[in-house]
Amino acid sequence: MKLTLRIWRQKGRDGKGRMVTYTLDDVSPDMSFLEMLDVLNERLILSGEEPVAFDHDCREGICGMCGMVINGVAHGPERATTTCQLHMRHFSDGDTIDIEPWRSAAFPVIKDLVVDRSAFDSIIQAGGFITAPTGAAPEAHATPVPKPDADAAFEAATCIGCGACVAACPNGSGMLFTAAKITHLGLLPQGQPERYSRVVDMIDAHDEAGFGGCTNIGECTAVCPKGIPLETISHLNRDYLSATAGGKHPE
Amino acid sequence: MTEPYTEGVPIADTKAPEGPIEKRWETRRFTAKLVNPANKRKLTVIVVGTGLAGGSAAATLAELGYNVKSYCYQDSPRRAHSIAAQGGINAAKNYRGDGDSVHRLFYDTVKGGDFRSRESNVRRLAEISVEIIDQCVAQGVPFAREYGGLLDTRSFGGAQVSRTFYARGQTGQQLLLGAYQALERQIAAGKVEMNARHEMLDLIVVDGRARGIVVRDMVTGEISTEFADAVVLASGGYGNVFFLSTNAKGCNVTATWRAHRRGALFANPCYTQIHPTCIPVSGDHQSKLTLMSESLRNDGRVWVPVAAGDSRAPGDIPEAERDYYLERIYPAFGNLVPRDIASRAAKNVCDEGRGAGPGGLGVYLDFADAIARLGRDAVEAKYGNLFEMYERITGENPYEVPMRIYPAVHYTMGGLWVDYDLRSTIPGLFVIGEANFSDHGANRLGASALMQGLADGYFVLPATVGDYLADGPFPAVSATDPEAVEARDGVESRITRLLAVDGDRTPDSFHRELGRIMWEYCGMERTDEGLRKAIALIRDLRAEFWTRIKVPGTDEELNQQLEKAGRIADFFELAELMCVDALHRTESCGGHFRAESQTADGEALRDDEHFAYAAAWEFTGTGEPPVLHREDLTFEYVHPTQRSYK
Repeated sequence: MKLTLRIWRQKGRDGKGRMVTYTLDDVSPDMSFLEMLDVLNERLILSGEEPVAFDHDCREGICGMCGMVINGVAHGPERATTTCQLHMRHFSDGDTIDIEPWRSAAFPVIKDLVVDRSAFDSIIQAGGFITAPTGAAPEAHATPVPKPDADAAFEAATCIGCGACVAACPNGSGMLFTAAKITHLGLLPQGQPERYSRVVDMIDAHDEAGFGGCTNIGECTAVCPKGIPLETISHLNRDYLSATAGGKHPE
Repeated sequence: MTEPYTEGVPIADTKAPEGPIEKRWETRRFTAKLVNPANKRKLTVIVVGTGLAGGSAAATLAELGYNVKSYCYQDSPRRAHSIAAQGGINAAKNYRGDGDSVHRLFYDTVKGGDFRSRESNVRRLAEISVEIIDQCVAQGVPFAREYGGLLDTRSFGGAQVSRTFYARGQTGQQLLLGAYQALERQIAAGKVEMNARHEMLDLIVVDGRARGIVVRDMVTGEISTEFADAVVLASGGYGNVFFLSTNAKGCNVTATWRAHRRGALFANPCYTQIHPTCIPVSGDHQSKLTLMSESLRNDGRVWVPVAAGDSRAPGDIPEAERDYYLERIYPAFGNLVPRDIASRAAKNVCDEGRGAGPGGLGVYLDFADAIARLGRDAVEAKYGNLFEMYERITGENPYEVPMRIYPAVHYTMGGLWVDYDLRSTIPGLFVIGEANFSDHGANRLGASALMQGLADGYFVLPATVGDYLADGPFPAVSATDPEAVEARDGVESRITRLLAVDGDRTPDSFHRELGRIMWEYCGMERTDEGLRKAIALIRDLRAEFWTRIKVPGTDEELNQQLEKAGRIADFFELAELMCVDALHRTESCGGHFRAESQTADGEALRDDEHFAYAAAWEFTGTGEPPVLHREDLTFEYVHPTQRSYK
């Protein structure tokens, strides 16, 4: 099929970006979206133009490296699908497709469609872990975990840290990402000792990194490729209130 | 062709302790020198790669008190390719009471590896497996659980017990996030300096010791030299030499290959694992292949039509006209035979013209019986995310139409040679995880990669690295030392050369062509004639690469084509070594199948008399014959037999 692509091109962090139009006329419906961009890049290289920079790695929807705003939607039109798992059969011959990077104050553009998401790592550094040094672990069956808790913790833990939630949020909030980790660890018995300091520290880091506040709009969960539910944010709010107003935070 | 290789002296000592095998690891831990806490603070370790092995090692070394510098090419350590492992992690917990034990896991792994691994290492791996599960649970890894709150397990290929712990079809993700979170905790504590979007391009060896690396900042293009008291490579496998594989696009051999060029021996490069259950290729645009977890073979039944050229839709083929060939040929293990056997069986039925789908390169993996037996909900609970992934890629619904699968390159058992301490032949250079060659022999069993990565990173390396570092701190080294200057200049001049060619072919076009050569001649079936042909083709293509490659842009910016081109240049050199290794090993074993060496019924025929050794290769120059050093393998506990799963 034949497509018109309008792609955000930006030379570097401080460069002034702009949309540039390209056309492709030999796109197969079985291609993935990134394979379609590979085809464009091969052509650009041979014609002496600069290929489009974009992040990607596993190309099977789990590493969280890829991500672009496609026709105004983070990761494109298919629900619960990362950009690398989006296939061209969901587009039609003659379509014009707009392709832009994640846009958020906390995720500055590095080049073209590549952004800096290290702010997510800084949130995890603040408390997104259980302090369990290697070698100190008790026998795994010493503490049974009720299956519903284990399953719910797993659902929250499937977050791939791609940043689509931030890109979709009108406030540029990273609350769904933060809430997913707080829910995952907070539901497990192993996560209890640090539960209340974790939520306070992670929220502080979140705000400090330049993410906006959450006003429960829900765009985040709508674009989340792993379907992390909005209830995780309720969980975060409950823990945050218990920690601060409820006085459970050790400080 | 001149002689493809020359013989060197055998490897005399693997540093494995003597004595009863169940005491060896304990013995080694006791004899290993310790470093006191005050001295640990003066010692620095570089760790390259942040997957299960590198992430867990960096976190644990920092917990112990060492200063760690960690590097990864991704934008965050959380994205290393371990994250894509689906099925599970083996551990000899025997929670099922089904006859499992450390000794049985050891036995299954040595046998699964077709008697080409080192017994002492495998035994240690089996012992440590139980500690890994404890560690991961303590970190909050949300493994699947039973209603009573205890951990659930499932079966995997090559085993008759249920010892695979899992988190839906995302076990690698959950284990990696556990290690990543432990690593981030140490970054916050100031014990780990994290360098994401950095690529190691050479190793710096000073006075015979690995003392640093040359890295490129992939955002600014800046080249720098980094120093430490020891260097750990945890940079993964080299499956991407085939271009199409289940590896992430960025996975590459550069870190280990550069170390090989600096003197580290590279062992068993031809041992490649072709995974039987991947989604078939759909066209020329294909950029990678996607694995469907082996766990699917617990409930899915593999079949093809009895008659060649049967083009009916699968649902229209009656039961009597289907050949459930794994169940027929291997009744004892059925659909759960090890990967190498399942892959070759799929190739054989497709070669007979009985393959399914476009081009006849596929076999069915059918869940109709499982859905009838367990109900759709139970199947969905176990495999839901895998089914979704399949549907997303193929546009077909596997609850209604059987999946189509075909083998694809997945894992490389070969890697840098290491001794029992996971130390390479360069003092101070340690190699862990898939990057080393150690534990899987000629074929890795399912759910054993995660086990090995975490065993190396959490438990083995932190114990053995101290024995080396106890002799430190070593004399200070700096960017102006001649060895560092030489390494850095080499990296810079290579980049300059890549950019200067300004030819008319893209990096990917060369990579695809190299991959086709490797798949054709060094893939599932290898012959003397084919391998010799491949070596000639690779040399010609490598020469063409250096005259026709076109790398756009500059070296002072994010330049993804420059990154690719550098990696492909190293893949060319590795590819040739893989073919030489495959050519010299005239037996069949595990993932290495030489057409000249098979039994009357087409099974792999080992030659223990001549090939019961690990082949460790020494680099002598690009295109020059490498030198073979043999490490003889002795089997005191698991007696080599013709591997049978019938």
